[in-house]
Amino acid sequence: MALRQFGAAAAVTTALAFAASPAHAVTEIQWWHAMTGPNNDVVVKLANDFNATQSDYKIVPSYKGSYPDTLNAGIAAFRAGNAPGIMQVFEVGTATMMSAKGAIKPVSELMKDQGETFDPQSYLPAITGYYSTSKGEMLSFPFNSSSMVLWVNLDALKKADIAEPPKTWPEVFADAQKLHATSPTCGFSSSWVTWGFIEQFNAWHNQSIGTKANGLDGFDTTLDFNTPLETKLLENLVELQKDKSYDYSGRTNTGEGRFTSGECPLYMTSSAFYPNVKVNAKFTYTAVPMPYFPDVAGAPQNSIIGGASLWVMGGKSAEEYKGIARFFTFLSDTDRQVYLHEVSGYLPITKAAYEKTKESGFYDKNPILEVPLKELTNKPPTENSRGLRFGGMVQMRDVWSEEIEAALAGKKSAKDALDAAVSRGNQMLRQFERTAVK
Amino acid sequence: MENRAIFSGKLLALILVLPQLAVSLIFFYWPAAQALWQSFLVQDAFGLSTEFVWFENYVALFQTPEYYHSIGVTFVFSILVVAFSLAIGLLLAVMANRNIKGVQIYRTFLIIPYAVAPAVASVLFIFMFQPGLGMIARALQRAGIDWNPVLNGNHAMMLVVIAAVWNQISYNFLFFLAGLQAIPKSVIEAAAIDGARPWRRFWTIVFPLLSPTTFFLIVVNITYAFFNTLGIIDTATEGGPNAATQTLVYKVFQDGKAGADLGSSAAQSVILMIIVILLTAVQFRYVEKKVHY
Repeated sequence: MALRQFGAAAAVTTALAFAASPAHAVTEIQWWHAMTGPNNDVVVKLANDFNATQSDYKIVPSYKGSYPDTLNAGIAAFRAGNAPGIMQVFEVGTATMMSAKGAIKPVSELMKDQGETFDPQSYLPAITGYYSTSKGEMLSFPFNSSSMVLWVNLDALKKADIAEPPKTWPEVFADAQKLHATSPTCGFSSSWVTWGFIEQFNAWHNQSIGTKANGLDGFDTTLDFNTPLETKLLENLVELQKDKSYDYSGRTNTGEGRFTSGECPLYMTSSAFYPNVKVNAKFTYTAVPMPYFPDVAGAPQNSIIGGASLWVMGGKSAEEYKGIARFFTFLSDTDRQVYLHEVSGYLPITKAAYEKTKESGFYDKNPILEVPLKELTNKPPTENSRGLRFGGMVQMRDVWSEEIEAALAGKKSAKDALDAAVSRGNQMLRQFERTAVK
Repeated sequence: MENRAIFSGKLLALILVLPQLAVSLIFFYWPAAQALWQSFLVQDAFGLSTEFVWFENYVALFQTPEYYHSIGVTFVFSILVVAFSLAIGLLLAVMANRNIKGVQIYRTFLIIPYAVAPAVASVLFIFMFQPGLGMIARALQRAGIDWNPVLNGNHAMMLVVIAAVWNQISYNFLFFLAGLQAIPKSVIEAAAIDGARPWRRFWTIVFPLLSPTTFFLIVVNITYAFFNTLGIIDTATEGGPNAATQTLVYKVFQDGKAGADLGSSAAQSVILMIIVILLTAVQFRYVEKKVHY
């Protein structure tokens, strides 16, 4: 008896629930991202601001974990037919995303279809070039970009009688050894080992990492960074690691606390480290451009961006695409870009935003925030420094890190480690090429 | 004394077993079949292009030196984890089996680590052992030992073994304690009257009588070391440095997740399943003969 009554009640409630939904529903657009902490607040604020300006579309941001976790969640969701509208993918996932024709919708195509004014020329080429085809069509929308800089503990340098921050690699090596006396466990350290010592290093010196413009022009690219120059860098690091003038801090950025705690006076990592340094460093600090070898012609060239972009997934409804296009226009607005840049440290993606920030004198008060921009716009990008696009890059970085770790631990010579990194990487590239949808 | 339930009709028995069968089917047999199927394919990350390649994924695995390295790492890791967690668990159980003051408090505290999730356990140990920042790491530095799991493979292995063993000791402790308490006191007293010292009493009477528990725990611990330590390795060392802590299960995880190579990952998964099935079969066939029931 009770069961029948319950069943009837349930049926009525369900019917009412359906009847109560409005005739014109707001189109919800799922935005999956990997931002934590203050960056998460920025994402939420952007979504709320956009939702407040109109009532047809609602952007719903969801934090899905780290960058690899978010990418995997998106891939799994796509396989289940349930992909979000927008997905934030880190720069090394670009090859995987763009090779999946049908799984993604290129941004340039989206904006054109929706008739949104979209001028690729108004974006900073160093930033959008990474996420565009070789013909210049933008595939994804740059969101949070950063570059790699050298963070310097000025108090520690003064104590070790070093007059000014190092500009070249020989100066870095010499300073690291001088600092060894006052900082015995670590003179110089770094995060994102492959980004800094392979990817950025080669772009900064106008050397190639792989053929076909580092993979931007085709999937049949081959790695070629095991050069005498790269070997020279690694051999110096191996030598300094022996007495901890250089001390390895891991593959990603888990060791960054060693800079803010004062343990490592010289630390090479992302410019996005700034909010952390501002809060935690209890000493005078600055950030300077990455060091270079002065005897290499053309160095310093320009740096490659790090960070992530927003990809639009394929197979969504026309309504959703309209909303996404409006959202991207909203994000490109100059004042919004300026605000984003000044508050979060993300680099502005439009030329207008960069100019406006410069004119307002913001960089005079915060010179550190301009260092990554100066690196990115140092010279017009060449074939070697437009960016890079290798399939399976996520695991390839692990493989390259493994080899560098072997060299630093003294298990292999620098040359052997780099040769192994290249050959193992090439194997992965061929496997990726085989499965890439033609 | 017969301890078996007897059912008058088959239907009731079937209904009672059905939920468990359903769970096994959905959560084990179906994914296993899917993994087997996927191991015969080569696909891109999104599943948009599929190529059926028979045993190519398996052959490719046995041609990569990294796979053999992983097998070696897994065996070293498992032997260390199983040996230490069993030995320490047994030692603690024997000591907590005495009638001393506060014995309940000791037992409670010894059981608590099992409730800690593997990833959390790992993070706790990272806090203590992180070179430069951790308490124990700094103490080791002061003592002159260059503790560096970020670059030294052996140190990294030690770190994950310690975290894995700590997590598992409580489980073994609990079962050993129960096993010890099931041993009739009269047997031990008889031996004591005959003049056997504690050490001898333990090895000739207690340990053989504990053998069913020990056998069970060896099987469970090996499974633990092979599979459940994924969380610990991922949080502590991510398989590094230079693949020094890349066990077989971690390689499955990395190749599938970071490498998006589901075919190879599935093949490794199938091989891993076969290895553990073989290990368990060997144990049941040979080791069980030595167990006194």
